[in-house]
Amino acid sequence: MQLQLDGISKGLGADIHIYPLSLSLQAGKINVLLGQTRAGKTTLMRLMAGLDKPTGGRVLADGVDVTGVSVRRRNLAMVYQQFVNYPAFSVFENIASPLRLAGKIGEQEIRSRVEAVAEKLHIAHLLKRLPGELSGGQQQRTAMARALVKQAPLLLLDEPLVNLDYKLREELRAELKELFSNSNTTVVYATTEPQEALLLGGHTIVLDAGRLLQQGPTLEVFHHPANQRVAEVFSDPPMNLFPSTLRGQTREAHLASDIAIPLGAHLHGLAKANYTLGVRPSHVRLQPHSPVDYPLRCEVDLAEISGSDTYLHTRHGDINLVAQLAGVHELAPGSNVSLYINPAEVFAFDAQGQLAGSPQRSAA
Amino acid sequence: MLKTYNNKAWLLVLPVVLCVAFSAIIPLMTVVNYSVQDILGPDQKVFVGTEWFQLVMRDPELHAALGRQVLFSAAVLAIQIPLGILLALALPATGWRSSLSLVLLAMPLLIPQNVVGTIWQIYGRGDIGLAGAALTKLGVNYNYTGNSMDAWLTVLVMDIWHWTPLIALLAFAGLRAIPEAYYQAARIDGASRFAVFRFIQLPKLRGVLLIGLLLRFMDSFMIYTEPFVLTGGGPGNATTFLSQYLTQKAVGQFDLGPAAAFSLIYFLIILLACFVFYSLLQNAGPAEKAPH
Repeated sequence: MQLQLDGISKGLGADIHIYPLSLSLQAGKINVLLGQTRAGKTTLMRLMAGLDKPTGGRVLADGVDVTGVSVRRRNLAMVYQQFVNYPAFSVFENIASPLRLAGKIGEQEIRSRVEAVAEKLHIAHLLKRLPGELSGGQQQRTAMARALVKQAPLLLLDEPLVNLDYKLREELRAELKELFSNSNTTVVYATTEPQEALLLGGHTIVLDAGRLLQQGPTLEVFHHPANQRVAEVFSDPPMNLFPSTLRGQTREAHLASDIAIPLGAHLHGLAKANYTLGVRPSHVRLQPHSPVDYPLRCEVDLAEISGSDTYLHTRHGDINLVAQLAGVHELAPGSNVSLYINPAEVFAFDAQGQLAGSPQRSAA
Repeated sequence: MLKTYNNKAWLLVLPVVLCVAFSAIIPLMTVVNYSVQDILGPDQKVFVGTEWFQLVMRDPELHAALGRQVLFSAAVLAIQIPLGILLALALPATGWRSSLSLVLLAMPLLIPQNVVGTIWQIYGRGDIGLAGAALTKLGVNYNYTGNSMDAWLTVLVMDIWHWTPLIALLAFAGLRAIPEAYYQAARIDGASRFAVFRFIQLPKLRGVLLIGLLLRFMDSFMIYTEPFVLTGGGPGNATTFLSQYLTQKAVGQFDLGPAAAFSLIYFLIILLACFVFYSLLQNAGPAEKAPH
């Protein structure tokens, strides 16, 4: 389905949840709505679904104005953060429910479609159970099966993995792309996690505080964030940002009196001014990666071990630097380390926060 | 397998044991004591074994009171539970209207039982009572002091007025606990209002309704004050329920032995019925269990 939002906005009293925005979703592809909590992802989804009426603007489905058309008369499916299933129905009946309510589908076909989708989601052995007897992951799989079985032209997923524990999330995340790939469904997937957007690929729409910041192919948005805010949202942990000044012809950026980072080739065209430099935490390393890497002497504030990564929070004078290091590193708070930044991996944003220069793809 | 025994642990349960002993076990043992003896005077008593139990079990008056009681409790549950759910569904969910309705709804629950009895006694009078007089004016021959059916119905309506709000409040709280996403999902599926009730709300309410059902069963099965104030058990024995029958035996006729024996039976009936209700509802579907 070709879904288009035309100057759509949503407000409640004096609160504005969505500022007027226009966007058209990639038909038959995965569209990721990326934004932190309260960015307006859920509100936008509800508008797409027709669960709410927009304050202004139009929703077009395949060119037809469907603004204000009841969700009952629109053909779509939705998966929520909470595990929403009919509590008194077995898994089979849950998955079959949208088909039964649609009517006119034979028992034989219902059975085969339910079994096929259950197989795909690895819950075929649970069909006789009730949702209350399943684990969280299995309940969410059931909810997804209910949404997929309908083969609706529009599938909305509102942070479906957020309530699952780490292991299950990883597991289901890996299967998602595969699940969505071979259908003509237009998928909209809301998430706060850059990792999920990158994994799903497709098209990414970055939202922040009710405004559309950027949209485009996911990798394109990731590598060339239009502004500082997109770079922050599309990086976890958030991108390190340092105010700096460019002076003379030295091709150096001064971060502090004792730090002058040489600029990579991609930033050589910048005019003399104040810029905010950005480095992804995953690009801050303990060992130099190339001969041009710039060493920064830092004091460790905290080494936070998350999964198989270590987030190292450090400080150099007034500058805070977070490094995402692969593997477990035990560094005592207060100890000193040298962290290396590759000038070729540095982003630059101008005084208005707009992107002034981004690293070459190969370097990033 | 090796187990470590530490007898000091018993000391930790001692306070609870003492509390339960004084609040339940010792008074209950007194009743057990009376139920197997014939107390003839302050110092005279004879052990009679199961004689009192046999006596009360064969008592036709008790059988009649038990029948009335079962019928009354059944009617109370059959009317109050669905009515309470309906009220909860009809209540506004948010805003000042919701608060106001809840306060108004909860009013009857705050009135003491004997006052409720008094209110309805006046309310139902044919000469000065609002309801009684209105019915009489409408040509209905209504008289709760003379007609057994009228008396019985008045007690029932009074109980519904007094206690349906409890079920409504419980169901209202249960409904508010259902996440909005369920209703959205149902709308997307195209489910009807009835389907939402039958397949989402009712299963989700199972837990609170089970508690409501148990509370209403126990309370209605032990009803005493309201019919005592309203009709005094009459006319005839039309509204003499088990509690009142028991009181007549123990206090009125001073038949302590049979009264004690019957108290024990009464207690066991309630315990057994609650156990049966609870097990039935718990096993009816494991989907939404009551919180333990």
